[in-house]
Amino acid sequence: MERAGTHHLLSRRSLLKTAGATLIVAAVTPAGLVLGIDRAWSAAPEALDPETFATLVQMSRDIYPHDQLEDRFYAAAVSTLDAGAKSDAGLKTTLEDGVAVLDKSAMAAKSTGYRGLADEADRVALLKDIETGPFFQAVRGNLVTGIYNNKEAWPIFGYEGESASKGGYIERGFDDIDWL
Amino acid sequence: MATFDLNDTGVVVIIGSGAGGGTLGNELAQKGVKTVILEAGGRHEIQDFENDEWPMFGKISWLDKRTTSGTWRVAKDFAGLPAWIVKAVGGSTVHWAGASLRLQEHEFRIKSAYGDIAGANLLDWPLTLAELEPYYARAEDKLGVTRTNGIPGLPGSNNFKVFEAGAKKVGYKDVHTGRMAINSEPRDGRGACLQIGFCFQGCQSGAKWSTLYVEIPKGEATGNLEVRPDSQVLKIEHDASGKVTGVVYADKDGNQQQQKARAVCVAGNSIESPRLLLNSASAMFPDGLANSSGQVGKNYMRHMTGSVYAIFDKPVHMYRGTTMAGIITDESKHDPSRGFVGGYEMETLALGLPFMSAFLNPGDWGREFAAALDKYDHMAGMWLVGEDMPQEKNAVSLHATEKDQHGMPVPNVHFDDHPNDIAMRDHAFERGSAVYDAAGAVRTLHTPPYPSTHNLGTNRMSERAQDGVVNKHGQTHDIPNLFVSDGSQFTTGGAENPTLTIVALAIRQAEYVADQMSKGNI
Repeated sequence: MERAGTHHLLSRRSLLKTAGATLIVAAVTPAGLVLGIDRAWSAAPEALDPETFATLVQMSRDIYPHDQLEDRFYAAAVSTLDAGAKSDAGLKTTLEDGVAVLDKSAMAAKSTGYRGLADEADRVALLKDIETGPFFQAVRGNLVTGIYNNKEAWPIFGYEGESASKGGYIERGFDDIDWL
Repeated sequence: MATFDLNDTGVVVIIGSGAGGGTLGNELAQKGVKTVILEAGGRHEIQDFENDEWPMFGKISWLDKRTTSGTWRVAKDFAGLPAWIVKAVGGSTVHWAGASLRLQEHEFRIKSAYGDIAGANLLDWPLTLAELEPYYARAEDKLGVTRTNGIPGLPGSNNFKVFEAGAKKVGYKDVHTGRMAINSEPRDGRGACLQIGFCFQGCQSGAKWSTLYVEIPKGEATGNLEVRPDSQVLKIEHDASGKVTGVVYADKDGNQQQQKARAVCVAGNSIESPRLLLNSASAMFPDGLANSSGQVGKNYMRHMTGSVYAIFDKPVHMYRGTTMAGIITDESKHDPSRGFVGGYEMETLALGLPFMSAFLNPGDWGREFAAALDKYDHMAGMWLVGEDMPQEKNAVSLHATEKDQHGMPVPNVHFDDHPNDIAMRDHAFERGSAVYDAAGAVRTLHTPPYPSTHNLGTNRMSERAQDGVVNKHGQTHDIPNLFVSDGSQFTTGGAENPTLTIVALAIRQAEYVADQMSKGNI
């Protein structure tokens, strides 16, 4: 059931995207738990405000939007930031203040917080304004390893990773191209 | 395995164990010369290698503090990482791709061949191709270079087949799987390539030549070579006559040790070698050792580089197999009608997904960038590597205030692209895209230079002492028993990957050093 629901929501995301809007990724419970809208993940932030955490997940998806990646990959990357913020007060301040500024800008433009902006283009426009700053760079830099060095994500991109234990690719398709 | 006493004044000390130092160490040991290699990094054998980009990067890269300046994009994207080189026994032969090309005849004399180029500090090598040819032949045999010595070429991977198809369609003639120091069949006690990929992470099959498991064990087996890992040389010492007498190094516990020496050969790659000479300044040599010309650290070259990645409708899986076994040499000629002097090679290249995301266009983000990575398994890739212009202002210098973990000033690496470098890169990008467009690419991407893997020229060879740091044997003009044994000797860079030339020079230098010792000159 869970999986069917996920699929339904993912296809809804694709549908909404073509209409110029995307599904918002997460909600925060009164108990402070961040819940994925696709019900595939949840997080209990240890350092960051849960609202901040949820906004960072949305922001992470907006920075490297891969429609075939479930939100849990972005949430896992933000969990790394949360862990970093636990031991690095400066990082925590950067993230909390950065999200606050982002929300303020969204409020000024569309009378809603960042996560309330239904149109990806509106959110990206706000990110463009801050892309050279330390807050954006902290979130983006974290994603370079948070997303692309996540071994669970590799098969989704068609990357097979380690091969030496399997004898390399000499018998496993290093020259199997058939369309040239 | 030999161990030599710290007070043994008869040993030759080599600083660094890569293509230059590791080769020189074995060659001297084979001639019966007592040799100590001091290597700043640790000794990671083949079983320590991982097919995993970031963990291996963390394990073997030179990550000590360095700073950058200049207009090159690396200074913006990777401000603390000017070079992507190795700090470990074997040096950068652990992570090198294996491309083994001779410099071309005219590339030894570009001041004569190209004429004056504004802003460039051109100089002819004090060596000719003819003089180096016998040593190239020995280097090719040592490395087991494919397409030499009757060794067949490597088989073509998917990435090569796309590259070859496009090359033929645009009319390139000289396209093949390269001259590679990777066994295409068993040789020298090592097996044939298994097409593992991950050449940059250390070859787990040992098919690729590296000083780590080829030269160094052979040298150690003679009883004449000792390799001391985790030993970072801080200063070269000299006596009142101006001859070097030994080195001070930090051992694995950070304690300073003094190793005496009959001669010292510096092979720390083109950032650390000049840094060490500059950090060894004394009352007698206030500008650093071997620096009467003022050229130590100057004329830093890194090759004109760039990459083209192309996305196709159908899968390529470029990461499967040998990383760089593919070359087009048609553009390597000197043909000023293209709008620049010198030439460039086009070579296949693949990165894994983790490195691709970091290097494809550093700092970029958004849907267009993500869409390219969505097609990672439909990508083919090539690297462009060509001759860059030596410029005196491009230099490795000592930072005024920043110090490393041993209290020594860190190096700053300054680089500005020369207009010729930019014109060549633009041309190479256009031709790279043309190759892939001809093969049916739906999108091509121009990737800016990675942190430098080919670091050259900062202790250059010259005929006259006032023009450079070392003579045609790598012997410093100023101090007869002080040598430079790495790519920092290069007077100019040529278009070719430098390792084969570094090895050929090391073989030649070993003969010279042994001869000079036997004659009592050093």
